Amino acid sequence: MADPALFSVLVEVRLREGIADPQGATIERALPALGLTGVTGVRAGKSFRFDIAAADDADALAQATVVADRLLANPVIEESSVTVHPAGGSA
Amino acid sequence: MAPRVGVVIFPGTNCEHDAILAVQRLGASADLVWHGDTSVSGYDALILPGGFAHGDYLRPGAIARFSPVMEAVAGFAAAGGPVVGICNGFQVLTEAGLLPGALQKNRGLRFLCTTVRLRVETSDSVLTSGVAVGTELAIPINHFEGNYTCDVETLARLRDEERVVLRYVDNPNGSVDSIAGVCNEARNVVGLMPHPERASDPLLGSVDGSVLLRALLGSATLSSSGESAA
Repeated sequence: MADPALFSVLVEVRLREGIADPQGATIERALPALGLTGVTGVRAGKSFRFDIAAADDADALAQATVVADRLLANPVIEESSVTVHPAGGSA
Repeated sequence: MAPRVGVVIFPGTNCEHDAILAVQRLGASADLVWHGDTSVSGYDALILPGGFAHGDYLRPGAIARFSPVMEAVAGFAAAGGPVVGICNGFQVLTEAGLLPGALQKNRGLRFLCTTVRLRVETSDSVLTSGVAVGTELAIPINHFEGNYTCDVETLARLRDEERVVLRYVDNPNGSVDSIAGVCNEARNVVGLMPHPERASDPLLGSVDGSVLLRALLGSATLSSSGESAA
């Protein structure tokens, strides 16, 4: 097995479609105060960055997906997307 | 024998002594159970009280789900033992998958601290056993994330199976179908956002919470005669 390499992970968590988003709605209602009246569909979410030591891209993605599915997102109301890059590159 | 109640605490729980006092005054004995404990043996009922378990970091209840005690709580529940989650405890039980749905930020993003009217929707749960359907209770809420949500299929099931235990008379937080409390399929695990322990003495403005806690202790006595809980 190859030596583990370090991968940078970005997990984005957002509310599933159809789940009300009081935070997004409040942000949207505040925007006219900035003079912006054309902004619609605001949805608030969270993003998480971390590093993972893994054998390769696929291994890093598999581990990061466990983190996202088991902890970072609540599947009842949220969904997540995971992207993985070799650490040290531009993320 | 007076029922023994275990009150499960996490770092950041803050309603445990209120819960203990409220059930003691109804004749139960009660102890704290630390979240690092791996056993809940010897208890006839468990309460997961309110507060901010693990700082509510990530999501309320999201980290508490991984506390060692939760496996014991799940085993106790699976064996039919009465388990009630109040406020943050309700959030923990949903995150742990012991109850359906999730609790979102309140509609309007307001922290709510007020007494609300609740309607008992079923007498078939460990928290409402013997309490007539339609009974109205005045009990305080104290939360930012009490907006109950679930998908359409889950809501249909909850209604069909009469698993909505309590509804708000005037929905304060945007909860779907005005749901204030639900139970699991076996009806021995109940979660609710209102705080019955804060309505347990005339000095607190209401004693209606004692109606629910008394029902819980009754259920605990029944379940302890079975003595199957792990």
